Amino acid sequence: MNNSPAWLQELSAWGTSSRMLQDRILLVTVAPEHWAQLAPEASVRQLRFAGLWADVRDEKLEVNACLARDGWYVLLRATPLDGTMGLPSWARWYPAADRMQRHAHDLWGVRFGECNPPWTRHGAWKADEAPLRTPVTPQERGRDRYPFATFSGEGVYEIPVGPVHAGIIEPGHFRFSVAGEDILGLEERLGYVHKGIEWLACGRKPAALLPLASRVSADSTVAHSWAAALALECALGIAPTARGVVLRGFLAERERIANHLGDVGAICGDVGFAFAKMQCSRLREEWLRCQHGIFGHRLLMDCIAPGGVAVDLDAGHIRLLRANHRDMLQRWQNIAPILTDYPPLQDRLLNTGRLSTVAARGLGVSGYLARASGLSLDVRHDRPQPPYDRHPVQPCLQQRGDVAARLQVRMAEISASVRLLDALLDDLPPGPIQEPWPPGMAAEGVGVVEGFRGEIVTHVRLDDQGNVARFFPRDPSWFAWPALEVLVGGNIVADFPVCNKSVNASYSGCDL
Amino acid sequence: MLPLQILLFALAAPLLNGWVDMLRARLQNRRGPSPLQPWRNLRRLFAKEPVVPHTASWLFRMAPYVMFAATLLASSALPMLTVQTPLASVTDVLVLTGFLTLARVALMIGSLDPGTAFGGLGASRELMLSALAEPTLLLGLFSLAMTAHSSNLAVLVGHLLDTGMMLRPSFLFTLLALLMVAGVENGRLPADNTTTHLELTMVHEAMVLEWSGRHLALVEWSGHMKLLFYGILLADLFAPWGLADHASPAMLALALLCLMGKLAALGVVLALTEALLPKMRLFRAPGMLNLAFLLAVLGLFSHVILEHNP
Repeated sequence: MNNSPAWLQELSAWGTSSRMLQDRILLVTVAPEHWAQLAPEASVRQLRFAGLWADVRDEKLEVNACLARDGWYVLLRATPLDGTMGLPSWARWYPAADRMQRHAHDLWGVRFGECNPPWTRHGAWKADEAPLRTPVTPQERGRDRYPFATFSGEGVYEIPVGPVHAGIIEPGHFRFSVAGEDILGLEERLGYVHKGIEWLACGRKPAALLPLASRVSADSTVAHSWAAALALECALGIAPTARGVVLRGFLAERERIANHLGDVGAICGDVGFAFAKMQCSRLREEWLRCQHGIFGHRLLMDCIAPGGVAVDLDAGHIRLLRANHRDMLQRWQNIAPILTDYPPLQDRLLNTGRLSTVAARGLGVSGYLARASGLSLDVRHDRPQPPYDRHPVQPCLQQRGDVAARLQVRMAEISASVRLLDALLDDLPPGPIQEPWPPGMAAEGVGVVEGFRGEIVTHVRLDDQGNVARFFPRDPSWFAWPALEVLVGGNIVADFPVCNKSVNASYSGCDL
Repeated sequence: MLPLQILLFALAAPLLNGWVDMLRARLQNRRGPSPLQPWRNLRRLFAKEPVVPHTASWLFRMAPYVMFAATLLASSALPMLTVQTPLASVTDVLVLTGFLTLARVALMIGSLDPGTAFGGLGASRELMLSALAEPTLLLGLFSLAMTAHSSNLAVLVGHLLDTGMMLRPSFLFTLLALLMVAGVENGRLPADNTTTHLELTMVHEAMVLEWSGRHLALVEWSGHMKLLFYGILLADLFAPWGLADHASPAMLALALLCLMGKLAALGVVLALTEALLPKMRLFRAPGMLNLAFLLAVLGLFSHVILEHNP
């Protein structure tokens, strides 16, 4: 605590107790009457809101809120008073907290402020029931009338889109309020792929948690399972093997490249530039096939294990991979300049869907969304955990915050990550890939990983037998979705798809 | 003769679209579907049961038939293989564009009828574009008509054939204007994208979303015919060579070969444009149409000033 920054000491002075969970992650228990005061206190100290979730420990409901700054994370924990079962809402200070609070209300029954509209529930159970705390009586869906924000005025009309879309994408409902072609407002309604991840996690053995974490959002399967593994390891105080750690970084970078390639192609495809779409699809497909051949899964599912990884590389694989990286870099360098230098394409992307730096900071976005808006946020840089401590990563920054900037950030990251892959292979230490797993005990830990979308924060708590008692993976999409609502403002309806694709938030990642 | 031309036109229409699709796929390094794919799609759609939204009225069910019939009628007045088309004497370019407008009005009313947001969205965008495209088409056709002193297409094409190849500035300007109009009218890049699945960016496709089964088949078929209509119109006006002046089998066969060659070349131009250009911003499309209108006006002036001999 001696070398902790001043803001941290000021904030932890509000708590009744505090302890370091692990390196630069502080747990502060606060009294519920201070909860309302903490949001403005944290906000003026420029802490970023990084998640909120409820838990029940020793029959007592408690709420965790995660705040972050400069690679430090503070977990604020409060127990709502028995009579009220509620805490004041933070939405006024941290707008992105709103939906996480509503999710916590729907599943755990903790109330935030006066008004708690449904989010995940979708009328599938009663408003006063909480499936993760009490038994519920299922009812037919769609009974609740969802309170969409409405706009009025001459010529203002609404366009409802989804949850079933014309393309093969996940379900989500978008309600546009439009005057002519101009978007006045957009409200999203998600929760259609609620899978009960939090409930499914309870009671699992640590090794069985990772397959579940792998499936929170399939495009971030490595990042999510790495974050869960980190949380478990930190809880029990073990370190993954040196070889395992490098391989984890290797897998995560491969995942980043595959997704960025897909996104670059899709952004260009959405403005009708099929050439780029086809070329990027081809590159991504070859990349995934290589992964299938070497790791046994196209998307690298279930490659991460507690204490290390579940896959290993031999000399033949490494030769194949190096050739694969060389090919990719060469082909990518042929295609990339065309995308940045082609005026008809850039004309569509420049100034489309701008997210200002202020808005990005206020919403707490991370990943390419933050970096394209001039915020230098990258977990790999801010919290250099192995293997990034030996392979420093410079965040790829852009200032404009438009679709073109987000494309540019992704393109820069593809090149950087391919080079990083080679460096990781050079540095691959010999030895076992997995650490033996120790007997369980009651403990808790937090894992923070930079997925391709941005920062993933995963909280895991183990019970006395060492089984999972609470698992909460916080996908960056919780903040990307509200950012999408903000950045489409002032654009025309016809440009929404490309804005949406440039954000590429996950439905599954926050419809837990 | 007339039934033959109509039959040939209707059957050949999907083929042109298939040819363009195939070329475009090749330009994207894909194998692409066979040029016969649009035919197969039509067959599949005709075999399917049409689903009608419960909010739709008879307008919604009638619209595809009106659209199909109007497009087919417009095409029957077009000199396709021979200048002497049976309907030529009663149709001039006003009637031709009138038929196309009727087809479009039917499409727009049919898409508005179920009251879905996308139908309205697509119809309003289509109206914005067509209100700019149609005057340009008319102006372009009229400035060409001045050369032959007749707004009858058969007379105009006959005149062009008789006077032989001649470089006319008015034709150059008008060709550029009509190429742009043809691209916009057929929902092609860069104004619209026929291959997108993104409802919110669509113009033409957004209007079509609610139809299914044979209704959708008729709407799509009308789209194919419209593309062929513009293809033949451009070929007739700017490269009329090879058209038969009387209906002997040998002449007709030669005319058919020439037409296929011209359409294949047009298909290459279209596929290349679509491969090279992304879709422009929606509100830039009117700018492109303004340019087309300006070119048509230039064509008219250059005819009056340079070519007109009183």
